Amino acid sequence: MSSLDGELTGDLAGDGLPPPHAHGRASFWREARWPARMAAVVACALALIAILSPWVTPHDPNAVDLAIRLQPADAVYWLGTDHLGRDILSRLMAGAAVSLGSVAVAMALILTAGIIIGGTAGFLGGRVDQAIMRVADVFLTFPTIVMALFMVGALGVGLTNVIIAIAVTHWAWYARMVRGIVLSLRRRDFIAASRLAGASPAQTFVRHLLPATMAQLLVLATLDIGHIMLHVSGLSFLGLGVTAPTAEWGVMIADAREYVWTEPLLMFWPGLALFISVMALNTLGDALRDRLDPSLRAEHGH
Amino acid sequence: MTSSQSPRRLVIRNLGVETTRHGVAVTLVDDVSLDVRAGETLALVGASGCGKSLTCAASLDAAPPGVRRTTGSIAIDGVEQAPADIRGRLVATILQNPRSAFNPVRTMRQHAMEGPAARGAPAASREQRVRAAMADAGLEDVDRILDLHPFEMSGGMLQRMMIALALASGAPFLFADEPTTDLDLIVQRDILNLLLRLTRRQGLGVLLVTHDMGVVAALADRVAVMDAGRIIETAPVMDIFNRPTHPVTRNLLDAHLSLYPGRSAA
Amino acid sequence: MSLLAARGASRIYRNGPAGRGGATALDQVSLDIAPGECVALLGRSGCGKSTLARLLAGLERPDAGEVRFAGRSLSTFGRADWRAFRCAVQLVFQDPVSAVNPRETVGQIIAEPLRHLRGLTGVAATGQIQALLRAVDLPADAMGRLPQQLSGGQLQRVCIARALAAQPQLLILDEAVSNLDLHLQIQMLDLFARLKHDRDVSYLFITHDLRLAERFCDRVLVMCDGRLVEETRVGGAFALTSPEGRALQDAILPAMPFRRARAG
Repeated sequence: MSSLDGELTGDLAGDGLPPPHAHGRASFWREARWPARMAAVVACALALIAILSPWVTPHDPNAVDLAIRLQPADAVYWLGTDHLGRDILSRLMAGAAVSLGSVAVAMALILTAGIIIGGTAGFLGGRVDQAIMRVADVFLTFPTIVMALFMVGALGVGLTNVIIAIAVTHWAWYARMVRGIVLSLRRRDFIAASRLAGASPAQTFVRHLLPATMAQLLVLATLDIGHIMLHVSGLSFLGLGVTAPTAEWGVMIADAREYVWTEPLLMFWPGLALFISVMALNTLGDALRDRLDPSLRAEHGH
Repeated sequence: MTSSQSPRRLVIRNLGVETTRHGVAVTLVDDVSLDVRAGETLALVGASGCGKSLTCAASLDAAPPGVRRTTGSIAIDGVEQAPADIRGRLVATILQNPRSAFNPVRTMRQHAMEGPAARGAPAASREQRVRAAMADAGLEDVDRILDLHPFEMSGGMLQRMMIALALASGAPFLFADEPTTDLDLIVQRDILNLLLRLTRRQGLGVLLVTHDMGVVAALADRVAVMDAGRIIETAPVMDIFNRPTHPVTRNLLDAHLSLYPGRSAA
Repeated sequence: MSLLAARGASRIYRNGPAGRGGATALDQVSLDIAPGECVALLGRSGCGKSTLARLLAGLERPDAGEVRFAGRSLSTFGRADWRAFRCAVQLVFQDPVSAVNPRETVGQIIAEPLRHLRGLTGVAATGQIQALLRAVDLPADAMGRLPQQLSGGQLQRVCIARALAAQPQLLILDEAVSNLDLHLQIQMLDLFARLKHDRDVSYLFITHDLRLAERFCDRVLVMCDGRLVEETRVGGAFALTSPEGRALQDAILPAMPFRRARAG
C-alpha cells in the first residue's frame, strides 16, 4: 500500500478511524440515482404481479367470449379484449408470471451449473480445469435458437424444452466467469490466510471465493434476464415454446400479427410490456454493477 | 552536464490540498512551501499519513481523484509555471512501486519511446538518449533490457529504468516518492548511491519523499519535516540530526537512533 | 527438542519468476527453531525467504526433503494433526492488503481462526477479538471497519492480531513489519518480545533489515540464492562473515549524515 493511500484513508487523525461506510440495501436506495430507483420499483412490481397473478387479475385470462372480441379499452376491460374476447390486461399479467417464471427457472439452472462447474475448474486447476474448459468451449458455440430448434425437434414443443435449451447455451459463460475469478484469487494471500486459520478447502471456497463471484454473477444474471426473457418470448412467438391458450407475451404478439393494421394495439401492449420489463431489468443490472464493483466506485470518487 | 542556462531553483509556494469526506471538507496539506535546488537533495520526511506524498503529487496537479489542490503555485527560477507544462518536461517523477508505473504488456523500448515522442523530440536521437540514460542509471546489457516486459524484471531493475526514463527526459528536477521503500537493503543502497551521483555529477535537483531517517542520513542535503499536513521544520541535514528543534523531529530521530546501539556515524 | 524444523528442503518452481523456467527457489535448506527462540532470516529479494516461510507454515509441500513439527514430518499429518499444527504455527504476510478479504470487517477477519482453531463464537469470540485489538494498540471500534477504511499500518496490526488469535507457539513474520513506520515497527517488536517473555513464543523473523534483527533476535541465518550460507548468534560484536552477510551489513543505512561533497 503506497504512502499516498495511507494519507487518503485518514491517517492524519493518528489512530482515529473514519466512520464506517454505509452498507446494505438501505444505502443502495439512498445512493441510487432515479433511473435505478424506478427500475427497482418496476422490477419489484413485475415480480409481485407474476407471483400474485392467479389472484389479482381482474378477469380470467383464458375466458373466451367471442361476443366481446376486439373491444377497445373501457371501464370493465381496461386495455380492451383480444381477438377471442379475452381481457388483455389479465393476459398481460398472467404472461408476466409465465415470462418471469421461466426466466427464473432458467437462471437457477444456469447459475447452479456455472458455480459448480466453474468453481471446480478454477479451484482445482491443472488438467481438470483444462478438460472442463474444453467442454465449456463446445457449449459456448451453440446459438440459442439453433439449440432450441434441436431440442424441440428431438423432444417436442413446450416451455420446458425451451428452458432447457436456454440453460444449455448459457451456463458456459457463467462457468467461465466463476472460473476466472476463482483462478485470479486462488493464489492471493487471504486464501492462504484462510487455510492458516484452519478452514477446509470447501469452507475457504464458500466463505471467500463464492462471495467474490456473487457480485459479478448477480450483475451478469440481471443483465441476462432481459435477453433470456426475449428468448422465451421470441421462441414462443415462433410457436416453439408456450402453446395456446397459455398467456405469454410472445404468443400474444404472434396472435396479434393478423390484426396489426386493424387493431394495432393488440400487438402494442405485449410489446410494451416486454420493453418495460427488459429496460427495467437492464437498468437494475447496471445500477447493481456500479454498486457492487468497488473499483468502479473509486473512479466516481464516491 | 547542466549548462549555466539550466534551471537552478524550483519553489513550491503555499500549497494547500483538500478532500471531501462524508460531505465535510478536510484539509490534507496546509500551506506547504518547499525549495528544491539543482545539485542538491531536499528530503521531505514524516510519518505515514502526514501528507508528504500528496504534496509531491498535488504540486504537479497529479493528485488522485477526489482530492484537489486549493492553493499554491510552483515556480522555476522565480517564474511561475503551470503544473501541466512542467510535468515530465522540467520535473520528472519516480514512484514507490515501480511496477505500477509500467504497462505490463509493453516492452521497455515502447515505454522509452513514449516519453520523448510525447515531447516531439526528433526520432533519431531518441533511442540514443535513452540508451545513455540507461547506462547512467547503472543498467548493463541495455539491448537485452529494452526488449523485456515489466514482469521479466526485478523491482530494482524497474526502479533503475524509471530513473533512466526520468534522466532521458532531460528534466533538471526529480520528485522521488519513497523510491526505495519496497526494495531490499542492497538494492536500496545502490539506488541511493545512484541518486547521489546524479545530483552531484549531473546537477539534478531532487525532492525525496521518505519516512526513513536512514535514507535522509544517506542522501539528503536539506530536510523538511512534515506533520499533519504542515511543514514544522526545515534545516540543513546536519542541523536536523544534531540540533533538532521540534518534538516531532526529535521523536523521528529517537526512533531511528534506537536501532543503532552504541554506534556513532556508521 | 526443536519445535519446527526443515530437513534438506528443496522447492523448484516450474514457471519461475522473470520468465525463467524451472527456477530453484530452495536448495537443500535445513534449520531448527527451538521453543522460546527468536531466529532471524536475512537475505535479498528473491533469495527464497518467503518460499521457506510458506513451506514451514505448511502452505506448500517441499519437492525434496521434509518439514518437521515436534519431530513429526508434515507429510504424515492427519486432520487432527493439522488442526494442532495450525494452532501452534502461524504466519503474518508482508502485504496486509492482499492478506485480508476486502469484503470482510476486521471483526470477521479475526473471528475466522477463533472459530476454526479455538472453537469460539458469539460473545466469547467478541471478547477475544477486543482483547486482541487492544494488544496491537487498535481501538475497539475497529471491529466494524472494512480493510479499505484502515491505513496500511493499521491493517497490518489486524493481520498480526489474527495470527495471535490462535495463541501460537511459533509466529513466522514474513517481512511483516517492513512496511510500517519505524516507531510502529519498534512497538510491534516490543509486543512480540513481551509475548516471548510471557508465553515462551518463538519467532522466525524474516527481514532484510539487520538493525531490527540484531535488536530482536537470538540467532541470525543468512540466505542467498535459495541456500543457507551463514548462521551466527547475536550478541556482543555482531559481524557477519559470509560475502552475502557482509554485503547486507555494509548496506545498512547510516545512523547520522556525513559531510558530503557539494556539487561545483
